[in-house]
Amino acid sequence: MRYLCLIYSEESQWERMPKPDFDAMMGEYIAFTKDIKKSGHYIGGDELQPTQTATTVRVRNGKVSTTDGPFAETKEQLGGYYLINAKDLNDAIQVAARIPSVRVGSIEVRPIQEHSAS
Amino acid sequence: MPHSVIEAIYHAESRRVLATLIRLLGDFDLAEEALQDAFTAAVERWPETGVPANPRAWLVSTGRFKAIDQLRRRARFDASLTALANRVDDGESPAPELDAEGVADDRLRLVFTCCHPALSPDARIALTLREVCGLETEEIARAFLVSAPTLAQRIVRAKAKIRDAGIPYQVPALADLPERLDAVLHVVYLVFNEGYSASSGGSLTRHDLSAEAIRLGRLLTELLPEPEAHGLLALMLLHDARREARTAPDGALVLLDDQDRSRWNREQIAEGCGLVERALASRRFGPFTLQAAIAAVHAEARSSADTDWRQIVGLYDVLLLAEPSPVVELNRAAAIAMRDGPEAGLILVDGILGRGDLTDYPLAHSARADLCRRVGRRTEATASYRRALELTQQEPGRRFLERRLAELVG
Repeated sequence: MRYLCLIYSEESQWERMPKPDFDAMMGEYIAFTKDIKKSGHYIGGDELQPTQTATTVRVRNGKVSTTDGPFAETKEQLGGYYLINAKDLNDAIQVAARIPSVRVGSIEVRPIQEHSAS
Repeated sequence: MPHSVIEAIYHAESRRVLATLIRLLGDFDLAEEALQDAFTAAVERWPETGVPANPRAWLVSTGRFKAIDQLRRRARFDASLTALANRVDDGESPAPELDAEGVADDRLRLVFTCCHPALSPDARIALTLREVCGLETEEIARAFLVSAPTLAQRIVRAKAKIRDAGIPYQVPALADLPERLDAVLHVVYLVFNEGYSASSGGSLTRHDLSAEAIRLGRLLTELLPEPEAHGLLALMLLHDARREARTAPDGALVLLDDQDRSRWNREQIAEGCGLVERALASRRFGPFTLQAAIAAVHAEARSSADTDWRQIVGLYDVLLLAEPSPVVELNRAAAIAMRDGPEAGLILVDGILGRGDLTDYPLAHSARADLCRRVGRRTEATASYRRALELTQQEPGRRFLERRLAELVG
């Protein structure tokens, strides 16, 4: 099954992080990504630019409205994702538990809705 | 053949057959249908052929066959089911899986799936009682004081999540076992408490809930003899042993100190104490075993005065390290009051309440009231009993507090 692992954490925490810690975290991310590529879990993944670059778009009554910032004001922000292949939810949870940000933020694991090609 | 024969087999085997069918068919709903179909077939055929030598194996293979049949018939209208029917059909033949160990594994798979931490706590309880214990939706709804449609909805959602999120039908890997077993034990304990804390209200259904939890606890110790599983079973047996003595004839709650100990169930106490010793000896025990050990010390004392309070305080000290919580602190304070006198206990209780912990917890106020009463601070005792009464919902607890208040004021 495919799962999307959404990485949430406090952006400000990253901004405050001293450079050596930040570099160490990035090193962990590189190692982790390499690891799940080797194990066959990896399908894709990216880091997102911070929420101040976000725009939320809606269409109501045929009119497009755009607003600054993410949809919801929450303590933790979406900062990146991995799309993975996993045997089942337990397998996906084990992968998610190794994403470096899991120790400071949280990972939402969502199964992909598969649509049969018809 | 009398119907009661098949009924008895249903009682003994239906959950085991279901657990295996879920594994073979890979779907809860399909397995439940198959189980019903298998028993319908049994009712039709067994009166003529007699009960087969291995009814469980017969039911499993009949159920599986019926499910494949059903899938093939539906596949005529929905082509996507053909693949599923083929997969189930090609699947391992159930026969070699039917040894005792395989079936035990299936029941364990069912327990761990129903108690998966990805399901909401409410859903875990409902699903466990429905699938593992085989209670009817209406029974569970009554016991938890929710409407039957609400509970049915909870179960439907949980099954959908198991299917859609890919919760596997398996016993967790050894590395995850402690955490996952903990989740299972908590479900069992919640079921027990739901029955126990309200049982003195006189509602029979709720008493059944405690009995069901004890049955589940026994099943777990059978399937997975881990120390904490023994500890939890011991805890439930020891608490349940006092059931009769906890309630006065008028339905009021009777505190441990005032209970008629001759009404305690000695057989259950002996079993509970044995289990505690066994769990403690393993040196891999946790909070349930420690709580059970405390209950065992109480159970072995002939009276409240006779109780080894020093040992109880010591056990609370360890419990507080294992699982720090203000409620455990409160219980420890009550034990200290018994060991060192009410003043010592009162200082601790005031400390807990002063921190802002447990301000809405009725037992904290009734404990404080009791200690104030014992040191002669009647005004404070009255105020604390009143506060406890404001916070208490259950009728037996209210009656107890009202009686104490009347004694003080009167």
